[in-house]
Amino acid sequence: MLFTSYSFIGFITAVFIIYYLFPKKYQWCFLLAASYVFYFLASPSYLLFIGTTTVTVWLLGRKMETLRVRQETFLKEKKGQISREEKKAFKSQIKKQKWKWLLLGLLVNLGILAVLKYTNFAIANFNGFLSMIGSTKQLSFVNLVLPMGISFYTFQALGYLIDVYRGTCHAEKNLFRLALFVSFFPQLVQGPISRYSDLAASLYTPHRFDARTVSYGLYRILWGYFKKLVIADRILAAVNTIIQNPEVYQGAFVLVGMLFYAFELYADFTGGIDITIGIAQTMGITVKENFIRPYFSKNIKEYWNRWHISMGTWFTDYIFYPISVCKPMLKLSTFSRKHFGDAIGKRVPVYLSAFAVWLATGVWHGASWNFIAWGLTNYVVIMVSQELQPLYSRFHARFHLNEKRGYGVFEIIRTILLMSCIRLFDCYRDVPLTFRMFANMFTQFRLSDLTAEAFLGLGLSAADYALLFVSLLIVLSVSIAQERIEAAAKSAASGNTAVNAAETEKNSAVQEKMPAAEKGVVRGVRDRIFAGAVETPPRCASADIQPEGRGCHPARAARACDAENASRFAGAAAWKYILFAALVIVVVVFGAYGIGYDQTQFIYNQF
Amino acid sequence: MNKNTKKFPRWLLPAFLTAAAVLAILFFLQLLFLPKYMSDIPEGAMVAEYYGETTDHEVIFVGDCEVYENFSPITLYENYGITSYIRGSAQQLAWQSYYLLEDTLRYETPEVVVFNVLALKYDEPQSEAYNRMTLDGMKWSPAKIGAIRASMTEDESFLDYLFPILRYHSRWSDVSGEDIKYLFSRDKVSHNGYYMRVDVRPVDSFPEPDVLADYTLGSNAMSYLDRMRVLCEENDIELVLVKSPSLYPYWYDEWDEQIVEYAEEHGLYYFNYIDLADEVGIDYSADTYDAGLHLNLSGAEKLSDYFGAWLSETFDLTDYREDEEYSAVYAEKIAFYEEMEAAQYQELEEYGEIVSY
Repeated sequence: MLFTSYSFIGFITAVFIIYYLFPKKYQWCFLLAASYVFYFLASPSYLLFIGTTTVTVWLLGRKMETLRVRQETFLKEKKGQISREEKKAFKSQIKKQKWKWLLLGLLVNLGILAVLKYTNFAIANFNGFLSMIGSTKQLSFVNLVLPMGISFYTFQALGYLIDVYRGTCHAEKNLFRLALFVSFFPQLVQGPISRYSDLAASLYTPHRFDARTVSYGLYRILWGYFKKLVIADRILAAVNTIIQNPEVYQGAFVLVGMLFYAFELYADFTGGIDITIGIAQTMGITVKENFIRPYFSKNIKEYWNRWHISMGTWFTDYIFYPISVCKPMLKLSTFSRKHFGDAIGKRVPVYLSAFAVWLATGVWHGASWNFIAWGLTNYVVIMVSQELQPLYSRFHARFHLNEKRGYGVFEIIRTILLMSCIRLFDCYRDVPLTFRMFANMFTQFRLSDLTAEAFLGLGLSAADYALLFVSLLIVLSVSIAQERIEAAAKSAASGNTAVNAAETEKNSAVQEKMPAAEKGVVRGVRDRIFAGAVETPPRCASADIQPEGRGCHPARAARACDAENASRFAGAAAWKYILFAALVIVVVVFGAYGIGYDQTQFIYNQF
Repeated sequence: MNKNTKKFPRWLLPAFLTAAAVLAILFFLQLLFLPKYMSDIPEGAMVAEYYGETTDHEVIFVGDCEVYENFSPITLYENYGITSYIRGSAQQLAWQSYYLLEDTLRYETPEVVVFNVLALKYDEPQSEAYNRMTLDGMKWSPAKIGAIRASMTEDESFLDYLFPILRYHSRWSDVSGEDIKYLFSRDKVSHNGYYMRVDVRPVDSFPEPDVLADYTLGSNAMSYLDRMRVLCEENDIELVLVKSPSLYPYWYDEWDEQIVEYAEEHGLYYFNYIDLADEVGIDYSADTYDAGLHLNLSGAEKLSDYFGAWLSETFDLTDYREDEEYSAVYAEKIAFYEEMEAAQYQELEEYGEIVSY
């Protein structure tokens, strides 16, 4: 069931209505049923795989929990009776047992993922190897099902298991509650990869219908559909034309394709996540943000802290740190410091751990050398920029360019271009072609190729380009507004209101109009819209009333002033309805859906 | 806070008003985006035109272009006083003919129904664009719902028919003056469902017919012919099967035999006018405007005259030329008919081809 299909919209509407009609205590049970129905409709066979992951992770989680309790009980009972060494030995023994269970969980679930997703990739490489050594024998490819969102739910479930192992969260007692965490339908298709401790807080609790929360969720869903249907699925035609015809679209058009794809991927992925977070929000459930306007990043490291955050933090927490501090790595670190000196020695574990993370990130994205090359290119760029950091610092200390506002814009554009270049691996069909097209972008670049006629040949009309341009401006404006609001909220929280005085003042005005329960939390653009703060504060104040002002009679003038302010506030309050209505109409009219357009799954669904 | 505000949350009224406003705007936009089929592809406007009829008809034709381009109801009236209407549409499939007949019976019960059998060659839904031209113009009724369900191709959705803006929203960039001019009403494009063309393009040659693996007419299509027959029987209507004298698409003898057999089995009349073309007087060098695919005005009038003679001899049809109400209505129709004929001849003279019809 595609997020953009009528059946999905019908499905979420039905789920939403039944959810609030259901006894509050059992709302989560209904959500579990709805999630399984959603998955069943995708393919009944998928249930077997998600069921296996859920049951194994639950059982192993319970095993580890039992060990944890045993350890706690033992230490409590033996308090003061055993030595520190004995205590340590017992803890170590328990940890070993827990590790065995964790290892079993990792092997089973990563094994399922590896077999289903990577078998044919391995066969293709083996066949390539056979051909290389002159053998005519070839292995046949196998036809395996690939359950929807398997990479996402497997990582989410394993994240939970590792957390239980580490003791950062308690193992869930109820199998069905864990099943809901693993299968929660809005995030099943393309994430985010939620953490148990984040999602569980609101997933199982009863939720009363709250008009404000529901409206916020609806706004978020609509905003997601705007990005997915109006932008991503429209520009898709041009992107496909360019990247599927590399022999025709070269030089300057490689750059065009690259930038178009950057826009498409952003709109597609963030749009999908908006829909996910919005659906959850309409039911009172909080799913953590997965993007913080990544295209405003000033360097690649920052970009990765703002793009697909749940994946980045997963790899950092569950791969980077464990590898960095594992015994062999510590030994290697000691060895390299001893032999190569501190400067190089301390870098070795970081380099190796980061290499493992980026290799894993590439492999996670897909069974193809393109993704592996993509992951490793990210690694190389991040490491090089990290190494060049002292050079940058010296440069800025001397020329003070970074203090100029325009330099920030330059950094943003540079990061977008850099990330877009790396993303070429995602576009072209194989690694050698990607390298060729990257070089071609420079060697064959002719500005004169970029004619109106050539652009119209990409499958988009002049009206489509105009619509995409306006959409870009809208997304940009909303992103800038959100960035400013959050910056102001942050500086206000740190007590430094001078930095964003105007925004802070607006935020204060918004807080005044927010429900008491939410006072002090200005999350962003929606708060402004709902507080009617898209308008400027009242023009008229009693202090402004002068006898010779708009009326000679001060009382009459005050009444007129009150009436004007009242109507301005009523008008301002109406904005949330007007904007919502406008967004619905824009999506319905300008969305690229239905006959004449190919319904497309979200790009990140394939990962 | 009083009881009322407790019962009805403050957001309810504005939310309701917003929803109403959105629906109203979308409804207006739907009217704007719906193709009007006025200056281009007038076939798309014909199904809806039927509902503007003020008088009943004793003969109803159903079928594809082989009826709406080959029979002229105005000739039938002028020569025999027969009132008739063609509920035809481009590539009308057998199930669409059945449901259009069901739809027609909601308004009137004719004496005779004429069905052109070419559509029986199609056993499955064919094309979304043609579906829309037939189905969009139908008024909502169980017949329309049935027609949609039977006609939808794999990519189509019932919701797109229920809310046509979901189908036509992509026309936002194609909106023209015509869409605004015909926002609330349309011009007449047909003459009781007849699409007039006066130009001539003689028959030249056709590609050799393909050899088919199986010549059996599809069971789905035949089941709708059967349903048409039963519907006519239930309403005491005579069903007449015809194969118009269009030479292409090719009508195989094997298909013809099956229709002959079916007609004999159920006691129906069936005329293959390809075989009767000489008797009708069709001259394929002068009576077709597209080299034998469809008849032009001259050909349609010849065929209608021939068919009208048989109809009035065979059935007890009323001569409505003597009816005051009908003659007034038909006087207007004839005037429109002659006016269009003259206009088309003038275009032919001016441009050497028909450009506006």
